[in-house]
Amino acid sequence: MNTTRRLLLKSAASAGLIATAVAAGLLKPGQALADWNSAGFSATKPADALAAIGAGGATPSPDIVVKTPDIAENGAVVPVEVVTTLVNVESIAILGEKNAYPLVALYTLSDFDGSLSTRIKLGQTANVRAVVKAGGKIYTATKEVKVTVGGCGG
Amino acid sequence: MAIAMRIRAGNGDIRILMTHPSENGLRKDAKSGQLVPAHFVKNMTVVVNGKTVLYGQLGGGISKDPYHAFKVRGMKTGDKVTVTAEDNTGDKGSIETSAS
Repeated sequence: MNTTRRLLLKSAASAGLIATAVAAGLLKPGQALADWNSAGFSATKPADALAAIGAGGATPSPDIVVKTPDIAENGAVVPVEVVTTLVNVESIAILGEKNAYPLVALYTLSDFDGSLSTRIKLGQTANVRAVVKAGGKIYTATKEVKVTVGGCGG
Repeated sequence: MAIAMRIRAGNGDIRILMTHPSENGLRKDAKSGQLVPAHFVKNMTVVVNGKTVLYGQLGGGISKDPYHAFKVRGMKTGDKVTVTAEDNTGDKGSIETSAS
């Protein structure tokens, strides 16, 4: 049993501690708490969220299409489909770049066949970013969604 | 309370709908003005014939009643598809079906 991880899970409701642990090299980003990427989900800036999931250097790719409505009347329910022709897809992350917590979801995949859909909240007009790890490399694409009524409370 | 789910699987396609408030902890109750505590699905796992094809880490940015659909290569009629999920309060849910 990984006692470091246990300890962190018990004591570290605070993301700060995990971020510190990551910074101190105690935990490798991406590998840290593989169950749920606390650092990523509690990051308040897209760049920080991307760094936390190990996608800081993602390459823009025309092989990923983020399908959303152009205009979302209700930001609380925005359908998002990530379609990609990339092969050997290992993971997909979805971010709402102007959300209070940009990282919405991170999926680890096997035998993926090119399409993943979900529904997300967008607080305001923003880019929806998909990050796809395929064949050991990290690619990204965005799509802007205009939101007329936000869906992130507050 | 268990997380209720519905699933459809077939033609290389898996669709899952969960019943869940998906509160991100940032929304204020309209009446009381108090923040509604975070209550969202944190993890979901989809297994086809014993192999995990999707492991999702989810945040409060997923819409109420989380919906997921995705395509899986090589899925055949009769394949056993199992979905399990857990939220941030420790509530769990699971569902199983055979691919049509």
